[in-house]
Amino acid sequence: MSWFEKIMPSRIKTERRTRSVPEGLWIKCSACDAVLYRAELERNLNVCPKCSHHMRIGGRERLARFLDEGGQVELGVEVSPEDPLKFRDSKRYRDRLAAAQKATGERDALIAIAGTLEGLKIVACAFEFKFLGGSMGSVVGERFKRAVDHCIANRAPLVCFSSSGGARMQEALFSLMQMAKTSAALARLARERLPFISVMTDPTTGGVSASLAMLGDLNVAEPRALIGFAGPRVIQQTVRETLPEGFQRSEFLLDHGALDLIVDRRDMREKLGALLRLLMRQPAAVPASTQPQ
Amino acid sequence: MAVNFLDFEQPIAELEAKIEELKHVPSGSAVNIQEEITRLQQKSEQLTQSIFANLSPWQITQLARHPQRPYTLDYAGLIFKDFHELHGDRMYGDDLAIVGGPARLDDTPVMLIGHQKGRDTKERVRRNYGMPKPEGYRKALRLMRLAERFRMPLITFIDTPGAYPGVGSEERGQSEAIARNLFEMSVMGIPIISCVIGEGGSGGALAIGVCDRLLMLQFSTYSVISPEGCASILWKSADKKEVAADAMNLTADKLSKLKLVDEVLPEPVGGAHRNPQAVADTIKAALVKHLSHLEKLPPDKLRAARNTRIDGFGVYSEVAN
Repeated sequence: MSWFEKIMPSRIKTERRTRSVPEGLWIKCSACDAVLYRAELERNLNVCPKCSHHMRIGGRERLARFLDEGGQVELGVEVSPEDPLKFRDSKRYRDRLAAAQKATGERDALIAIAGTLEGLKIVACAFEFKFLGGSMGSVVGERFKRAVDHCIANRAPLVCFSSSGGARMQEALFSLMQMAKTSAALARLARERLPFISVMTDPTTGGVSASLAMLGDLNVAEPRALIGFAGPRVIQQTVRETLPEGFQRSEFLLDHGALDLIVDRRDMREKLGALLRLLMRQPAAVPASTQPQ
Repeated sequence: MAVNFLDFEQPIAELEAKIEELKHVPSGSAVNIQEEITRLQQKSEQLTQSIFANLSPWQITQLARHPQRPYTLDYAGLIFKDFHELHGDRMYGDDLAIVGGPARLDDTPVMLIGHQKGRDTKERVRRNYGMPKPEGYRKALRLMRLAERFRMPLITFIDTPGAYPGVGSEERGQSEAIARNLFEMSVMGIPIISCVIGEGGSGGALAIGVCDRLLMLQFSTYSVISPEGCASILWKSADKKEVAADAMNLTADKLSKLKLVDEVLPEPVGGAHRNPQAVADTIKAALVKHLSHLEKLPPDKLRAARNTRIDGFGVYSEVAN
C-alpha cells in the first residue's frame, strides 16, 4: 500500500465520524475546531470546554442531568404513535417511525419526567431532536398535556426544553392541532398560577416555536440557538435579500425582546432552580457545598 | 364579471366561449340559434357537474385559491349588517391581511375577524396576499378581547396561505403572536365559530381558528403546510404537489371524515365564486344554528367544552411497557 492510499481512506473515515459523532473517542467542536475527548465533552454537558459552543444533547440525557438523581418518574411513556392517514412519501410514515424508534430508543419525540430540581418538585419535558427532527405529532401533544395535568394535580411547575423543526407533516392537520392542544394546556396551567419556564435550544422553529415554546412565563434560551417561526432558507427565498448577521439566534431574540434570559447549559440547574423557587414562593436552596454528602 | 376558468375547467370554458359566440350571431341568420344555445348551456351544466363531482384534492386546492373566490370582506357585506371595520394593534401598525370589527348577525352583535386577500395586483400587495405579520395577529387578539369584554360571540373566517415568513415578522415575534392567540382563544368566555372559506394555511390560519365549532366550505382546504411546501420537503420536489395534496387529507370532505371538522357547507357547482350570495346564505344559516346552541352555555361551560374538544385532537395508542 502506498503512502497515499494509506492516508486517503483514513481521512474519509475520520470525516464521516465527526459528522455522525457518537461512537468516536474524539470529537471536533463544530465551532472552534478544537479536538475534544468525548468523555470530557459529555461531562461538560456537550458544551465545548474551549469555546463554550453548545452542541446538541439528547432529550433523555438532558433531563437525567437536569433533574436531581433518583425519584424520577416518566409520564405518558405508554402513549405511542399511530399512522391515521396511512401517510406515504418516499417512505411510509410507519417505516420512518420504526427507524426513528430503533435509532433513538424512544417511542416518540417528547420525553416527560416528574422529579425534583434541587429538592423542588417539578415536571420537566425535553424534545428528542433525533426523533424525526423533534417534530410535534399527536404523541408529543398528548404527553405534553399529561405533563401539564401532572403539574396541576401535584402543584408543581413545568420546564420544557424545546428542540424541534415544528409540526410533523405526516400527521397533517392532526399535528397542526397539537399547537392548539399544548397552548390550551398551558393556559390551564397559568390559571392554576403554576409557572412554566420554556427553554429553547438549537433549533426551535415552526409549530413548536409558534405554540408551547413561546408561551413561557419565562422564555429562556441556550446561547446561539436557532429560534424562529420560519426557517432562514424559507425567509431568504421569500424576501430575496441577505439576512442580517446573527438573524434568528438567541442573542438576536434577546435584543428584540422575545426572551427573558440566555442561560449557559452548565448553569441551567442552578439558574432555573433559583427562579422557580422565587416564583413558587419557596425558600432559597441550600448551597450544594453545605449539603450532607 | 367574466368567470375565470382553472385549467381543469377548460372544456367548460370552451363550451361557454362557443355559447358566447352564438349569442352574438345576428338574429334571423339561422333558425335554430336559440335552440342550439339552450342545448349547449345544458351540456355545459352537465359537464360542470361531472367535472365537479370528481375533483382531486389538488383541484380543490386550486379552487380554494381561485382569484374570484369571495373573501372575508365580501361575506361581511353579504352575511352581516352594520359591519364596522376597526384597525390597528395599538403597538406597531395595522396589518391589512387581517380585517375585523363588530357587526350584526341578524340582530345579534358579533365580532367578525378574518384573513383578507386582495382582488387586483395592487390590493394583493397591500394585503400581502393574505399573509399576516405579528401585528395582524395582535390586532385580532385585541378585537377578540374587545368581544369578550362586551360579550359578543366571535366569528372568524380563515383564508390564508400562511403567516408571512419575513425578517420583520421574525423581529417582531411571529411565533409569539401566533402562540399567544392559541393560548388566549382557548380560555375566552365567548362562543367562537370559525369557518374556512378558502385556504387554511397552517399556524397562520389556526392563530384565529381555535374554536367551539369548525365549519369548512366544500371547496376549501386546511392543512399543516401547503402541498407545494410538503412536496418540496418530503418528496424533495415541488412538482409532487398533487401527490402531496392527496396524502395530506386537506379537503373539507376528508377532514370531516377524520372528525376534525364539525360541518361541511356545500358550494354551488363550479365553486363559491359562481354564486357568492348563495354561499353567504348557507354560511349565515350555519352560524345562526351553531350560535343558538353555544349562546346558551355560560362562560365556564364554554371554556370547559372547548378544552375537552381541543384535548381530543390527535390519534395515538396506549401500549403497556
